[in-house]
Amino acid sequence: METLLPRHLDEALAATAAHPEATILAGGTDLMVAVAYQALRPAVVIGIRRVPELQEWDGRFIGAGVTYSRLERGPFAALAQAARTVGSPQIRSAGTIGGNLGTASPAGDSLPFLAALDAEVLLRSQAAERALRWDEFITGPKRTALQPGELIVGARLPEAIPDRQAFAKIGTRTAMVIAIVSCCVLRWDDGTTRVALGSVGPTTVRPRAAETMISTERRPSSAALDEFARLVSAEVSPINDHRSTAAYRRHASGVLARRLLERVL
Amino acid sequence: MTITKTPTVVAGGVGTSPIRPDGIPKVRGEFAYSSDLEVDGMLWGSTVRSPHARARIVSIDVAPALAIRGVAAALTIADVGGRGLFGLIEPDQPVLADGEVRFWGEPVAVVAADDRETARIAATAVVVHYEPLDPLTDPERAEELGETFRVLDITRGDPDARGEVVVEGYYEVGMQDQAQLGTESGLAIPDGSGGVDLHVSTQWLHVDHEQVVASLGLPPEQLRLHLAGIGGAFGAREDISLQIHLCLLALRTGRPVKMVYDRAESFVGHVHRHPARMWFRHEADRDGILRRVEARILLDGGAFASTSPAVLANAAYFAVGPYASESVTVHAAAARTNNPPCGAMRGFGAVQSCFGYEAQMDRLAAALGIDPVELRLRNALDREDRIATTGQVIVGSLPTRRVIEALRALPLPDEAPGDDPRRLPGGTGLTTSRAAVMRGVGFAVGIKNLAFSEAFDDFTEVRAELTADGIRIHTAAAEVGQGLVTVIQQIARTATGISNVEVVWDHTGEIGSAGSTSASRQTQMTGGATLRACEAVAAVALARADAESLDDEGAWRDDQLVMTLADLVAAGPIEHLERFRHPPTTPPDEHGNGDVHAGYAVAAHRAIVDVDPELGLVHVVRVDTAQDVGRVLNPQAVIGQIEGGIMQGVGLAIMEEIVIDRGVMKNASFTDYLLPTFLDAPDMTAVLIEEPDHWGPFGAKGVGEPPTISSTAAVVAAIRNATGRDLNRAPVRPEDIVGL
Amino acid sequence: MIRLTINGVPHVVDPMGPESLLTTLRDRLGLFGSKNACEQGECGSCSVLLDGRLVCSCLVMAVDADGAAVTTVEGIADGETLHRVQEAMVNAGGVQCGFCTPGIVVAASHLLATTPSPTETDIREALAGNICRCTGYGAIVRALEPLAAES
Repeated sequence: METLLPRHLDEALAATAAHPEATILAGGTDLMVAVAYQALRPAVVIGIRRVPELQEWDGRFIGAGVTYSRLERGPFAALAQAARTVGSPQIRSAGTIGGNLGTASPAGDSLPFLAALDAEVLLRSQAAERALRWDEFITGPKRTALQPGELIVGARLPEAIPDRQAFAKIGTRTAMVIAIVSCCVLRWDDGTTRVALGSVGPTTVRPRAAETMISTERRPSSAALDEFARLVSAEVSPINDHRSTAAYRRHASGVLARRLLERVL
Repeated sequence: MTITKTPTVVAGGVGTSPIRPDGIPKVRGEFAYSSDLEVDGMLWGSTVRSPHARARIVSIDVAPALAIRGVAAALTIADVGGRGLFGLIEPDQPVLADGEVRFWGEPVAVVAADDRETARIAATAVVVHYEPLDPLTDPERAEELGETFRVLDITRGDPDARGEVVVEGYYEVGMQDQAQLGTESGLAIPDGSGGVDLHVSTQWLHVDHEQVVASLGLPPEQLRLHLAGIGGAFGAREDISLQIHLCLLALRTGRPVKMVYDRAESFVGHVHRHPARMWFRHEADRDGILRRVEARILLDGGAFASTSPAVLANAAYFAVGPYASESVTVHAAAARTNNPPCGAMRGFGAVQSCFGYEAQMDRLAAALGIDPVELRLRNALDREDRIATTGQVIVGSLPTRRVIEALRALPLPDEAPGDDPRRLPGGTGLTTSRAAVMRGVGFAVGIKNLAFSEAFDDFTEVRAELTADGIRIHTAAAEVGQGLVTVIQQIARTATGISNVEVVWDHTGEIGSAGSTSASRQTQMTGGATLRACEAVAAVALARADAESLDDEGAWRDDQLVMTLADLVAAGPIEHLERFRHPPTTPPDEHGNGDVHAGYAVAAHRAIVDVDPELGLVHVVRVDTAQDVGRVLNPQAVIGQIEGGIMQGVGLAIMEEIVIDRGVMKNASFTDYLLPTFLDAPDMTAVLIEEPDHWGPFGAKGVGEPPTISSTAAVVAAIRNATGRDLNRAPVRPEDIVGL
Repeated sequence: MIRLTINGVPHVVDPMGPESLLTTLRDRLGLFGSKNACEQGECGSCSVLLDGRLVCSCLVMAVDADGAAVTTVEGIADGETLHRVQEAMVNAGGVQCGFCTPGIVVAASHLLATTPSPTETDIREALAGNICRCTGYGAIVRALEPLAAES
């Protein structure tokens, strides 16, 4: 196995250009599980945690190498809360937002926040740079538009981020759990509301009809909240698996979205 | 038999909580577990396992594995001499699959190679052609087909007895994993003359020895089993896992072989708690006295027998719980299916039936309009009563009423849940505000037999030795983490007055069996043997010195040191080999009646839960308990067993279940098989009820299992109380509470 | 070949392929204190400090630790003198089978060194990634709470 540990972004991009099929190693929290249990034996590994450009967090740009521990202490309450629910302190000190994007699990905890903001994912190769909206980048469960030779540089958030934001996650124990349902709700002063849910579809789900309906409600009545929850439940597309049932996830999606909305009203 | 005596005062003796002798090495990371052993030139072993729940093996080709550089052996059932079969109760499981695989994960071949990575690659290189067969995974269908490990029918009293109030219920318990943190591991070292030394973490060295020599056709003296450091057990190490494979590989290659299962392999590498389907019908008078109990209990034993016959017996014998009833009919069966094999886990059958009978007691109380705790008191068993199923008279202590009353007397906490969301349902997920929470309280009582039953020749050997340095206790009893090593020291100190006590683990060639570290038995059995052996040694020493007492300096008379320990043993070693047996038990008669048990313990649990009914999430706030412990030998260790056991019961109540789909495990990892964390742990208060038993040392009873028997039932009762829902299945899932 | 400073002692070691730091510590350096209970970051028994950060060594690719300072459970005591977490764990009955203990010692000593006066719930949340199957956690919390009050 060849290992490259670049110390600058240029060096990292040169490495990915030279080894377009290389395995990119960030925090290792997903990759090393594959090494241990799926016999992943990469020929070339590029470890990127020493790249300072990826550690940057400058206003609306969050570098791919920013760990969950840093996100936990950051300015965005919903993202901080999402980060806090990722694994244990041991996981959060290693795992990164770039890794969460690259793994593209439907349960990725930072993804609902990024999806609710329609954040862009910045990708670079030695030859080019491009920005894809989150739903252009994540193309399916554990599938992305990342091309060989490209690195995830970070996520770019829009300028307008409301203070009223909330995230919550359902699991069957009180910490250290993969989401059965996760949800992020953002609400702007003009009523515009964005909702994103994890673990209830092949990728993060944006229940557009629910968003549209509730965005016009400046002071939603109880009936409007019920309708909002009903629409959220109708728009998710969960499955049955060993963690939960589709029926429960559908139900809980509406309940959780409604509760979070009430918290930010 | 009288072995109860007033403890003498000695530092670190019975009744105190001295620090464990292995405590400091453990906190320093210096304690050697079986997975930490290594020896020069050793190979690593790896196992080829079935990807099918049931299939015919068309062919196995090990040549591609052997062609890999560094691979020393690749073996199949064709390479196994001897019986080729193992099993704790009946030898029905092939050492490696023989013609057909019967469960997902069954070992098919084993390989050994120069390093772990090569061994793993070699295992994947073995080519096995399977012809998949339809697996039998429904235990009810299996029983219909007569595919059972044991059927036990119990009848007692007048089958036509009737009560005025009748409640019926159907209940299920899921498959729980022991999830001992140390996975299966061991090291086999050939001795160069056809024999082998196996260092392994196990609950019962000698029964492993028996099974390895029989299955491989070895002369018994050619195999020595040594106890290696054990990272928890809880039943998972009662059966053979890699013991035979390691010896087979070591003998074949002539080199030491080490194996360590990873967590995924551990899930299929040991047996689990039996899933249960149970139906009960309770009939009572208007005043709540049970007149008749009927039960049907079906356990899914999986593909091989393991301890299913004994687990089934417990489930059946305790179908009524710690309550009296003059008329009982129980039909219980352990089915043979193509699901993963099930066997021992803490509580051993008593957990499953308790979940059913305690739910029934609550239903009965509701139907009668009687307080549920009061209903239990009215039916509670005590010394000299008869066990409802077997009719056995309880000759030891069984303070059921005292236990219930002591628990009832504990104050309930504040009504209101706190504000910290981390201690509310949903925890750090912040799903739930205080306003969304409903609180519930549940009460349950459980009974468990102590030590082995049904005429099993249950014994323990201990050799006590007086040396110039103090007392040395030789034993083969497995210290799995519970603190037996400390209790042995304490008993030896109290029995002799000598505080310097060393516990020496002898291998199977040096001492007889200590029996299993299971069935809550070692404090009573190895503890009992230690007491007798030490008393015998002390008696010889005192006679030799014509003295009255002993301590670390020597023998004393009239406050004068009359002989030092060195002088005492200069005249020849003083030692005593004790083989200790508990009072005999009988097999059941044709009605399932008889004196099948050696003793009992009872415990009660009261759970307080906060439930978010809309999302179906639960936080267990408190589980308080009162437990019948006979006599407390080590308060800290007893509390440790109680808190740890309750936590496992809470896990079964709300999160722990191996999910099986057509014989295939869907969650064989710690990512998906959820264990309670620090943040899931309820607060606990324990009241220890000391009513000395008839045969444990100083009247002590085993304490390991009672904490798990009724804690699950209490938590689920509390969730029922909070939600008003008829939850008939453990673990309770969010969708069950929501009603989806 | 990579360079690691483990418990203050420099080592040069050659990990095989993508093996974890845990494997390197155990199988190549003979440091068996860090435990291998799940090898996927779910139990915390392999916890170490990597350049001062608390991580699961099973999730660190050893080659990516090149140049790092690693503290394992073997480096927590000061010679023969136990760290106060170690002493409290033994005295309070926080150790049973002990397989989780090294990870808890590393994580708890890190917590107390980095967090002023954590509450009981803070301790529970901070250690939620350290699974113990024996104790039900009560004795461990009883061991740590008095230390937290002092810190």
